[in-house]
Amino acid sequence: MALQQFLEFEKPVVELEKKIEELKQTALGEKADSAGHISCLSEIERLSAEAKKLQEDIFSNLTPWQIMQLARHPLRPYTLDYTQRVFTDFIELHGDRNFRDDPAIVGGLAMLENEPVMVIGHQKGRTAKEKVFRNFGMPNPEGYRKAIRLMSMAERLKKPIITFIDTPGAFPGIGAEERGQAEAIAKNIMVMSRLKVPIIVAVIGEGGSGGALAIGVGDRVLMLEYSTYSVISPEGCAAILWKDGSKADVAARALKMTAKDLYRLEISDEIIKEPLGGAHQDIETMAKTLKEALVRLLQDLRKFSQDELLDMRYKKYREMGKFYEAVI
Amino acid sequence: MLLKKEVDSSVRPEGKRVRVPRGLWVKCEFCGEIIYKKEIEKNLDVCPKCNYHFKINAQRRLSLIFDEGSFIEFDERLESVDVLDFKDMKKYKDRLKSSQKTLLRKDALLCGEGQVNGQKTMAAAFEFEFMGGSMGSVVGEKISRLIERAIDKNCSVIIFSSSGGARMQEGIFSLMQMAKTCAALGKFRKAGLPYISVLLDPTMGGVTASFAMLGDIIIAEPKALIGFAGPRVIEQTIRQKLPEGFQRAEYLLEHGVIDMIVEREDMKDTLGKLLKMLAPY
Repeated sequence: MALQQFLEFEKPVVELEKKIEELKQTALGEKADSAGHISCLSEIERLSAEAKKLQEDIFSNLTPWQIMQLARHPLRPYTLDYTQRVFTDFIELHGDRNFRDDPAIVGGLAMLENEPVMVIGHQKGRTAKEKVFRNFGMPNPEGYRKAIRLMSMAERLKKPIITFIDTPGAFPGIGAEERGQAEAIAKNIMVMSRLKVPIIVAVIGEGGSGGALAIGVGDRVLMLEYSTYSVISPEGCAAILWKDGSKADVAARALKMTAKDLYRLEISDEIIKEPLGGAHQDIETMAKTLKEALVRLLQDLRKFSQDELLDMRYKKYREMGKFYEAVI
Repeated sequence: MLLKKEVDSSVRPEGKRVRVPRGLWVKCEFCGEIIYKKEIEKNLDVCPKCNYHFKINAQRRLSLIFDEGSFIEFDERLESVDVLDFKDMKKYKDRLKSSQKTLLRKDALLCGEGQVNGQKTMAAAFEFEFMGGSMGSVVGEKISRLIERAIDKNCSVIIFSSSGGARMQEGIFSLMQMAKTCAALGKFRKAGLPYISVLLDPTMGGVTASFAMLGDIIIAEPKALIGFAGPRVIEQTIRQKLPEGFQRAEYLLEHGVIDMIVEREDMKDTLGKLLKMLAPY
């Protein structure tokens, strides 16, 4: 586990690892094969096993709020980390052709194994400067308009679409409202529901409300194990319903926003397993697992004709929702 | 002459406290003017001083639009289910029950079909008093059914929106109602039928960011607050003062977001004319 950035609940593991590191230093000082050296080595082995067990325990009992923190982890892989690893020859395309290029959404053509696809995703920044440049992954209307431009192009040229969801939400700003943030989101949702090519949606981090759904309507919706998807952020929900933003952990639980919850509620179709400790602990393995799922699902979707695909997609969303209808 | 003893103290814009007997007088939430209730009712619930259009309930809204006796309600028995077992400071179940009891309506939407100046149409109106007109599974389902019925019957659709957005108590299901209703509208558009969206004070969040902004024609009532994010959220995010009139109908007309602003008294005639010109489908 990386020592620099860890979450509060990972502390016991980090402390054990510190101890192991110290022992390793001690072992280096001892003469090889001396009694001290051997006891150090066996102690290191014992502690390493203990650390792994502890980490497994912690990660098999995460609260929704802890999962939310993992989904927002500063080291978590973002869309551009996956475009480099899941695909080859990613060529980024820019701009909505109307106003500007929105760096909070990236998109372009790429090869998934031997098949050309259109890839679109939210993009957060890693450094302070990049965070501002990417607007913390919160798109403006032009970001959504770029996305739908690329998706419509993909439809016309018969390329499947793969989207990556990772946003706190659509940007709440003056310009965003003036340029029709709501219209941009609504239009994308409607157009995506009728695009004549297969669409696979993968929630890789934070699925923040309408800002996520605006590139999130598809034939298959996957969620990484420690990703979340919700109608409102737990902080926002707590502030409105509990009148106390600090009740976010309670709200996170009430909203049922983890990958497991959404799979159980039949909103997502599949959970993609993450490496122990989360996607950021082993990006290569994470990308490999994700790639396998995308290749498999795309092959599966190939079986359907355009009409079947559209009917299935319509039905998928048409059936979402629970209500009661009294007969007389 | 006071019929009710209840008294409620309000603050005038100038800061002078006035005692307003409840029931006979109402205060305009826009300009603060105290108005005799009978007078404002005669005026279609529009403030005579500032022209703010007061919120009116769904029943009254549709009765102002449809020709007398022409309206037939659909799906009035659809009822919300507390699928997440949601509890904040109050249980979702209890919130539903209390709204149902006071408003005599199962959820936040009234829909059906009828005639507007002789033009047949299907229409829905939000009940804002029902949990802020929030959209959960029932609202999403009723709107989707309305649109599908209109496709089957080759009919136009009018939706009067007035909503705080998605209903948080239904979690992800409420978000997915945006996808469900927009998908239905996608089909509707392909069928070549016209949809008129009427935005009332206030229309926000997931309702604006779905069917409300997808009208072939988008109309708003004067001064209606319409947007994706609420003004308070925007102010807190960008830490700037918002421009005068921000997110009001007049501001949105200027920015090209809506087609027109129509006064309540002209709404029926405007809709009737539009429906006539848009036919035959």
